[in-house]
Amino acid sequence: MEADSIKLLGAGLAAIGAGLAALGVGNVFAAFLEGALRNPGAAPSQQGNMFIGFAAAELLGLLAFVVAVLLIFVA
Amino acid sequence: MSAGSGKIDPMHQFEVQTIWNGFQLGGQQIAFTNSAMWMCVALVALWLFMLGGMKGAQVPGRWQMAVEGFTGFIDRLLKQNIGKEGRAFLPYVFTLFMFILFANILGLLPLGVVGVHPFTFTSHFTATGVLAIASFLIVLGVGFGRHGLRFFSLFVPKGTPLPVLFLVAPIEFVSFMVRPFSLALRLFVAMTAGHILLKVLAGFIINAGNAGAGLGIVVGLPSFALMIGVSALELLVAGVQAYVFALLTSLYINDAVHLHDHH
Repeated sequence: MEADSIKLLGAGLAAIGAGLAALGVGNVFAAFLEGALRNPGAAPSQQGNMFIGFAAAELLGLLAFVVAVLLIFVA
Repeated sequence: MSAGSGKIDPMHQFEVQTIWNGFQLGGQQIAFTNSAMWMCVALVALWLFMLGGMKGAQVPGRWQMAVEGFTGFIDRLLKQNIGKEGRAFLPYVFTLFMFILFANILGLLPLGVVGVHPFTFTSHFTATGVLAIASFLIVLGVGFGRHGLRFFSLFVPKGTPLPVLFLVAPIEFVSFMVRPFSLALRLFVAMTAGHILLKVLAGFIINAGNAGAGLGIVVGLPSFALMIGVSALELLVAGVQAYVFALLTSLYINDAVHLHDHH
């Protein structure tokens, strides 16, 4: 295979990371909602913590995007 | 490479164009670009928004309620994450939050209909990087100013056994130094990815429409429906990213103010 096509394949493979980050972000909100329904009184005070978890999970998905963009445009 | 979807180039919207050539400074061209112009637009929009709501009337009108809603929101955020000392950082975090929020939303406005193409400057690493470095420098300044060299104890969690410490301290140090990068990267990539997605979907709609009624109905209409949904999602992302930037900044400031003692 040519180097260019391998680069594109790598960029496509990097998109798997975006899907995995979707699982992670979904998990953050699912766990928060589960906890919030069990104890609604404590939920508002934990919203900030939820967004910290969301930000951490999301960042790794965005890194997958960065890898794909680097492969297509830079490498 | 970039002309993937017909004639529509999804990366073109991120091009920085020179509006006014400016002047030379140390061999560098200091030009007024569309990026700088939209920063000014965000500034003016923010200024007008705040001006309308800072009348301080006894019985607040709708506009004043909107502004006070934002200030109260950031005030609560700081009180929750930093505590009493958080008040001192309200001006900075509020400015940061509102500037990013206005920038993100301005970039999403459908002004292309009237021929003005909005430029989302938060989709550039240079712009978000400067904001992140500002936050990082404030953390360093507050940390060293308040605690002096004791600030380095941030890398040494309390109660860590000595052998583990040799492992934990470098990890804490790296995680501390990576903060500005992750802060800037998150905002810039979230905005870039969203705008590329919107442009690619718009390319689907236009190319399908040009290809005839059949393709227009089978491909164009579902793409259009999806694009409406994605646009709503992008509005949400614009708000959430501004909030996350402010939230993480306040967390980092909390580290600097309290080291590891506070909650």
